[in-house]
Amino acid sequence: MSTQTAAGAEKTVPFEEAMSRYEPVIGLEVHVELGTRTKMFCGCATGFGADPNTQTCPVCLGLPGALPVVNATAVESAIRIGLALNCEIADWCRFARKNYFYPDMPKNFQTSQYDEPIAFEGYLDVEVPPREGLDEEPFVFRVEIERAHMEEDTGKSTHVGGATGRIHGASHSLVDYNRAGIPLIEIVTKPLTGAGERAPEVAKAYVGALRDLLRALDVSDVKMEQGSLRCDANVSLMPTGSERFGTRTETKNVNSLRSVERAVRYEMTRHAAVLDAGATILQETRHWHEDTGITTSGRPKSDADDYRYFPEPDLVPVAPSREDVERLRATLPENPAQRRRRLQEEWGYTDLEMRDVVNAGAAEVIEETVAAGASAAAARKWWMGELARRAKTAGEGGASVELLDLGVSPAHVAELDGLVTSGRLNDSMARQTLEGVLAGEGTPTEVADARGLELVQDDGALQAAVDEVIAANPDVVEKIRGGKVQAVGALIGQVMKTMRGQADAGKARQLILDTLGVEG
Amino acid sequence: MSTTLSDDLTRLSAVQMADRLADGAITSEQLTQAHLDRIVRLNPTLNAYLLVDPEGALATAREVDRARAAGEDLPRLAGVPVAVKDIACTEGMTTTAGSRMLADFVPPYDATIVTRIRDARMPILGKTNMDEFAMGSSTEHSAFGPTRNPWDLDRIPGGSGGGSSAAVAAYLAPLAVGSDTGGSIRQPAAVTGTVGTKPTYGAVSRYGVIALASSLDQIGPCARTVADAALLHEVLAGHDPMDSTSIDAPVPDVVGASGTTDLTGLRVGVVREISGEGFQAGVQARFDEALDQLRALGAEIVEVSCPHFGYAMAAYYLILPSEASSNLARYDAMRYGLRETPEGSPSAEQVMAASRDAGFGDEVKRRIILGTYALSSGYYDAYYGQAQKVRTLIARDFEAAFEQADVLVSPTSPTTAFALGDKTEDPMAMYLNDIATIPANLAGVPGMSIPSGTADEDSLPAGLQILAPAMQDQRLYAVGAALEARLRETQGGYVIEQAPEIEVRA
Ligand SMILES: [Zn+2]
Repeated sequence: MSTQTAAGAEKTVPFEEAMSRYEPVIGLEVHVELGTRTKMFCGCATGFGADPNTQTCPVCLGLPGALPVVNATAVESAIRIGLALNCEIADWCRFARKNYFYPDMPKNFQTSQYDEPIAFEGYLDVEVPPREGLDEEPFVFRVEIERAHMEEDTGKSTHVGGATGRIHGASHSLVDYNRAGIPLIEIVTKPLTGAGERAPEVAKAYVGALRDLLRALDVSDVKMEQGSLRCDANVSLMPTGSERFGTRTETKNVNSLRSVERAVRYEMTRHAAVLDAGATILQETRHWHEDTGITTSGRPKSDADDYRYFPEPDLVPVAPSREDVERLRATLPENPAQRRRRLQEEWGYTDLEMRDVVNAGAAEVIEETVAAGASAAAARKWWMGELARRAKTAGEGGASVELLDLGVSPAHVAELDGLVTSGRLNDSMARQTLEGVLAGEGTPTEVADARGLELVQDDGALQAAVDEVIAANPDVVEKIRGGKVQAVGALIGQVMKTMRGQADAGKARQLILDTLGVEG
Repeated sequence: MSTTLSDDLTRLSAVQMADRLADGAITSEQLTQAHLDRIVRLNPTLNAYLLVDPEGALATAREVDRARAAGEDLPRLAGVPVAVKDIACTEGMTTTAGSRMLADFVPPYDATIVTRIRDARMPILGKTNMDEFAMGSSTEHSAFGPTRNPWDLDRIPGGSGGGSSAAVAAYLAPLAVGSDTGGSIRQPAAVTGTVGTKPTYGAVSRYGVIALASSLDQIGPCARTVADAALLHEVLAGHDPMDSTSIDAPVPDVVGASGTTDLTGLRVGVVREISGEGFQAGVQARFDEALDQLRALGAEIVEVSCPHFGYAMAAYYLILPSEASSNLARYDAMRYGLRETPEGSPSAEQVMAASRDAGFGDEVKRRIILGTYALSSGYYDAYYGQAQKVRTLIARDFEAAFEQADVLVSPTSPTTAFALGDKTEDPMAMYLNDIATIPANLAGVPGMSIPSGTADEDSLPAGLQILAPAMQDQRLYAVGAALEARLRETQGGYVIEQAPEIEVRA
């Protein structure tokens, strides 16, 4: 057995070393809280953050006599998720009761699905990005989906008086049943083999891709930090070359994409140490600790855990017609990865540019800006440049905000771009205009009008300024005529100054060169 | 024997009460008060009611009287009082399900059937006694003491709805609501000389009715006559969006059917497997005579066979405990109900265990253990799975039988009322009371028990059961009403009229 250190960390072996001897098998169970207006089996509201036990009724409190009624919207969401994951949709399936006692579960059974899930046998292709510092292509890993089923969430226990917020050592517990009965979809992968040393990255990429997909489906707000998307990671190792799966552990409480990768990696190195020592892995749930980057032992879990499942007699079977399924299929959004590839092609961005745009969460705003008439290049320039910079610190106390929360809309940016391409504004004027829009002074046109921003279109005035500057700078003129065309910049600057910035710099340059009879 | 005027009022049928209220001959307040007076006098002896609500009942009665005086259009049973089995949640009124666990439970909501009763403007007299969580056939498993049979105070009134049947038989209510999972309306009706119907599964909402076995439970009326039962049936039945298993179809015309007097051309099936051997002689004799009367009414008697009925009892005692073990898991002392806190600083789990140990009686524990076992992995297929297959076979038996017959008949219960304490130590003997009634619950078909007479050997009432195909509840009322009228003629009155006067015990 490995030894426990004071901090609770167990012995591990370096990752590369572990990978030289073992093959990982991972499995991911993701719980998604649906964003339906009401709960899975009653009419209670589902909003996050309400006062404890204010969103409850006889049904979700499990009062004597209360009966469930299935939320039709939740079933539709489940079917859409299944379809987006390339699953088969059951034409007839039932809910089942999962029986176990726990204070945060009002009926002491969870209404779930057991051997008849609404969706089964699907897959999701996920793109695993190149590793930091390595010149390699991203690769696509097919994650096989075993099932997606519907169930209800439990209440939320808060353990008071203990040191860690855990039940151990607590003096009492408080239970909030607002969460009890919130619709959940549990999405379970098949055991994933063949990822090798990239398994932790595959895990992260899968959860990330699933999150994007669920967001695109608009079925959940998929906020891992608020628990609306929760991931449990199963990990086991088998000796390289073996085909017999090792004993697995299930790590819970993995609440960010980064943690998914770290937790899987940690468990792989811990399993390797246990197996190296000739010991056996204990089949158990483990708790992930974000701060220390380790897992600790939870409760033993075995396949013999007996939940005494049986078909829920208070509900009738769910039997979506083929027409309903096809109607829902027609509502599916484009797959996020495919969409990304399509947009990149349409916009002509490089891989690096596209990745930056996606990472910044700017793809949607750029798409809307382009749709509003801007060029893809201009849209990227504004959103990824000036606006991205501002978004980083625009929140309270210098916190970051979403791009769309800045107060500038895609339509504004497209309008601004239009003012530049039509020749009314130059770059510097456009920035001043944007400043005004950000300050809430109105649309770009309104701001430019109010601030009197407009390039001088009168060529006579510009010619006069050019002539004046040429006359005043014989030495610079000499250099330009001598072939140092780049020196024209100094003259442009002076022309712009004379014109108080209200001139088109490109036009000024051309006019200077024409006047001097020099080829640009 | 002396009867007062108010006693006379309680002796009316619900139909007569409704008529007299409608034509202004009596007020609901008088009628309700007459029942309350009788309850005060007799309930300490019978223990039919666990809770009586004079204020609530009289308030409803006075409202109805006011409305009627103002010329308002009122429902047929407006002002006719009713008793409700203590298994249905009543807002603000303690609802115990006969269990110590819920001795102080006051529901924050009304069951749908209670809402329907209130909408029908019927004064609710109180809540009637029952076997704990409806598990039993004698009401002896109530945590609040047994109910006594008005025909013989040393005998059981049937169960689980013995409180409702005794209340109706003893004129402590003209009508009562029961629930029937394996016979809990029909068997008490049989042994008290009253009428009880288990409607088609899904015909009456279960929302707010404390669940025993969800796939078997059904709510229905208890009354002294078939016509009275039809009126309450009509109030209770109808689609409820709060109950997913509720039937979304028009309620059969049971009231219209209860005026039937002629059964010409009707095929009546006698189920070979539920008559004859094992039935008390007097019960069987009244049943056989009833068949003659059915013939006299123009019906054709045919024998049918339901070969899988022999497995019904076994299947029932796997399905019921399985569902019950899960339905009763919620009684854990965390949110409501009895809480027993062991010494020291116990964990939530220890509090749950101690509370369930203290709150549940032996029969409830017995069935929870049976059900937990039957659902356990490794046993599920052999027990729960097999039982479901038997259930399917029984449903097919019914289908085949209803090809040959329009209704089926049998004795309701193998015996007349047995003595209190007779079978409490022998669960199997107790379970056998429901041998004739259980198949209907397994298949979801409707059933009714009407009195067939009294047994020669003990002068206690015997019951005749009528079964019909699902959603054909009106056939029960047609056959029940015609036969009831015929027997009344041949026997010189309603069976219930032979019940002796109840002697008050201290
Ligand atoms: Zn609710």
